[in-house]
Amino acid sequence: MAHAHKLEILRGLIKFKSNTQKIWGVLVLLTIVTSVEVVLGIIKPEALSGHFLGMKILNWIFIILTLVKAYYITWDFMHMRDETPALRRMVVWTTIFLILYLLFILLQEGGYIQEVYTSGYLKRDF
Amino acid sequence: MLLMGTTVVNTGTEGKTWGGGNQPLKASYGKMMMWFFIVSDALTFSGFLAAYGFSRFKFIETWPIADEVFTHVPFLHGQELPMIYVAFMTFILIMSSVTMVLAVDAGHHLNKGKVTIYMFLTIIGGLIFVGSQAWEWATFIKGDFGAIQTKGGNILQFVDNNGHRVALRDFVVAGPHERERLDRNEGVWFMSEGTLPTYTVEEVVSGLESHENILVRTQDINEHGHKTILSREESLKQIKLNGKHVVEGANLHVNEYGSPLFADFFFFITGFHGFHVFSGVIINIIIFFNVILGTYEKRKSYEMVEKVGLYWHFVDLVWVFVFTFFYLV
Repeated sequence: MAHAHKLEILRGLIKFKSNTQKIWGVLVLLTIVTSVEVVLGIIKPEALSGHFLGMKILNWIFIILTLVKAYYITWDFMHMRDETPALRRMVVWTTIFLILYLLFILLQEGGYIQEVYTSGYLKRDF
Repeated sequence: MLLMGTTVVNTGTEGKTWGGGNQPLKASYGKMMMWFFIVSDALTFSGFLAAYGFSRFKFIETWPIADEVFTHVPFLHGQELPMIYVAFMTFILIMSSVTMVLAVDAGHHLNKGKVTIYMFLTIIGGLIFVGSQAWEWATFIKGDFGAIQTKGGNILQFVDNNGHRVALRDFVVAGPHERERLDRNEGVWFMSEGTLPTYTVEEVVSGLESHENILVRTQDINEHGHKTILSREESLKQIKLNGKHVVEGANLHVNEYGSPLFADFFFFITGFHGFHVFSGVIINIIIFFNVILGTYEKRKSYEMVEKVGLYWHFVDLVWVFVFTFFYLV
């Protein structure tokens, strides 16, 4: 059985010789990203506590790093890199679109209720 | 094409794209169905995490700070080590994902021995993860410092002059209690209650009065991102005026770390994820035995390992998000 694996990650920046080697390479990458997250989570640098688009810069960094990890788990561990573009788009685009929609609606609504609690006529501090 | 003559009706699409027998996605039925299951399960988890975000945005000014909640590591009692244990759990799960993908790779080479070893390591990794999660739950449920819940449902915690947390047991003396826990065999058969707190609110008040250095910390987050600490007078006033219950640990109703919703979502989301890991381990064990028995050797295809692998990686994928939204952000 011939299984063709694409052995490049980071747009061809790193090329692996075999599929096994690629797996270990991706593990190293995931470990580095997780370590960065943990270190940032422990020290919480003051410099990153500014806000950007209504959220702390540090939180944006965490979310972006999480998406990076999700990409490599899906693309290399789940072999999405080797599937046909049609299958990939069916799975990835559908999920991402629906999740963004859900997040927008729920977070928007949560923020609205918070506003009612703080500036409305509700008392919660007793 | 009417070679067979007679009653066979042809559609005229034989050999064309929609004539059947085509695999446009170049993936087997089973693998595709696993992918579509994963899509729907991903949406379920996103629903939970988005609901968590909703509740958090609702109480953004008083939400518990995860770093202060999950500070325990087994065998290192009494030390505050935020993130370390959960980072270990994350690493274990990523590691077991790696052994799984190595098993899939060995399966492509029809290497039964290697598939067996890697499947075994994957199962061990899964078990360590589920065990760690059980420990995390137990620690969370048991609690550490104890707190007072007000009439409005807010949580008041205790700190010393330097802002370090102080446990109830360090300054409150439990007196003789008249109330006994109501159990089913004590009264009416359908009436019972949970474990009673070690202390009463009055005992906490007198403990606070006799310890000059102890202050009350509210759930409000100030502009520096820390919880607000009240002055000594304000602390006594708050506890005396509003203190209603003593809370030790967390369950679905009360939570000494802050908003009960935090505990509810913690139990629900990590519980649902833990259930996925558990069922993943069970499925992995079944496949492991099939590998040993040579089922896939006879089939000349280890695709079952690949399908189970997809599920296992998905469980890892979900944990990456749970880790971010529960422990980091």
